[in-house]
Amino acid sequence: MSGFFDIPSDLQHTYAGLIGLHLREALVPVLVGLVVSLPVAQLCVRFRWLYPPVLGVTTVLYAIPSLAFFVVLIDYTGQSETTVMIPLAVYSMVVLVPAIVEGVRSVPPETLAAATAMGFGPVRRYVQVQLPIAVPAIIAGLRVATVSSISLVSVGMLIGNQGALGNLLHDAQIYNRPELAVNSVVTTAVLAILADAALVAVRLLLTPWMPKESAAR
Amino acid sequence: MNLLQFVHAFFGDGSHWHGYDGIPTRVLEHVRYSLEALALAAAIGLPVGLVTGHYGRGGNALALLATAGRALPTFGLLVLVVTWLGFGLGPVMIPLVVLAVPPILVTTYEAVRSVDPAPVDAARGMGMPEPRILFQVELPVALTLILGGLRSAAVQIVSTATIAAYVGLGGLGRYIIDGLYQRNYEKVVGGATLVAALALATLAVFWAVARLTVSPGVRRGT
Repeated sequence: MSGFFDIPSDLQHTYAGLIGLHLREALVPVLVGLVVSLPVAQLCVRFRWLYPPVLGVTTVLYAIPSLAFFVVLIDYTGQSETTVMIPLAVYSMVVLVPAIVEGVRSVPPETLAAATAMGFGPVRRYVQVQLPIAVPAIIAGLRVATVSSISLVSVGMLIGNQGALGNLLHDAQIYNRPELAVNSVVTTAVLAILADAALVAVRLLLTPWMPKESAAR
Repeated sequence: MNLLQFVHAFFGDGSHWHGYDGIPTRVLEHVRYSLEALALAAAIGLPVGLVTGHYGRGGNALALLATAGRALPTFGLLVLVVTWLGFGLGPVMIPLVVLAVPPILVTTYEAVRSVDPAPVDAARGMGMPEPRILFQVELPVALTLILGGLRSAAVQIVSTATIAAYVGLGGLGRYIIDGLYQRNYEKVVGGATLVAALALATLAVFWAVARLTVSPGVRRGT
């Protein structure tokens, strides 16, 4: 009854169940953040004057502590998964918008001119030229967003056991079983490192044109 | 609307402004934890970042270290460290420093490494020894970026120091954690507002520091 992987029944999940829950609570917000960030970033690239104010707003949003964000949302969405996921989506956007803008802007003007000369319309040029070239910058942003999202889900434990693997931290204390806390920290860290490695692999697949030595990083 | 009423009620209550649980005390505690953690993280991250950036080596090792640091869940680490080492300020510093070192380290490394090589070569050609090149040429040029790294570390520390209250310390997290258990949302929202305000104040301080310390010539270039 006190093994490393024996999850107390009050969590109502198996070890694998907690991992699935944790990944869902962490990754869905990153995906939502990416889907919202792409058009926002494109607007910032298209209308230059928009970028500084957008950057200002995202900096302010990032300054709101996750716990405070969760607690304020309880009033609207209750003590639920959604309450944990909304702030994480916002944090992901804060990281992703600048990453995408910098990535799209870093496309050399000659490349764009060549695409236009070949008869690419603005949409096709964006999807087939700018976005692929921006992939390394976008993935770099996604890595930071994903890793911090996975780490932050644990804080959800404080708003009524909505922290997936983080809930083990609470049980570690009430049942005096420190190994559960070790389990929580180690599992979360391993998940974060695996997600990071997966994104690096995606980058390598999507950018076969990049020089190999810099691909190692 | 609801939210504003909570904020108004919290700050309007005179009893929230006095004593050991008063706003001034809690703000000072929070600032103290944050400053100590930032100082520790800077003491580790800055020298390592400056030296590795100057010689342009160890980037891969640093990136690996930073990923590992980011991967460790801060909150979990806090609970774990307190379980092992007991309650107190020292144990709380560990997760905060682990949180803050990666951004400082990586930005400092990148900032120094990406300094325009022409002035560095000129300085070397004039016979400047390496430490002087680092501190009188590379550091001033890279300062904007380095301060940016310190700034994001500081903001993360300020917002994360909230969780110190979970293991019985003071700071602004006290209001949030106590309010949650007492079902006193006025207190929770008040605490959250204070932390966010403190984080914004941190941004303002760094903006002012950058204004004062970055040389006008460098600023014009960026």
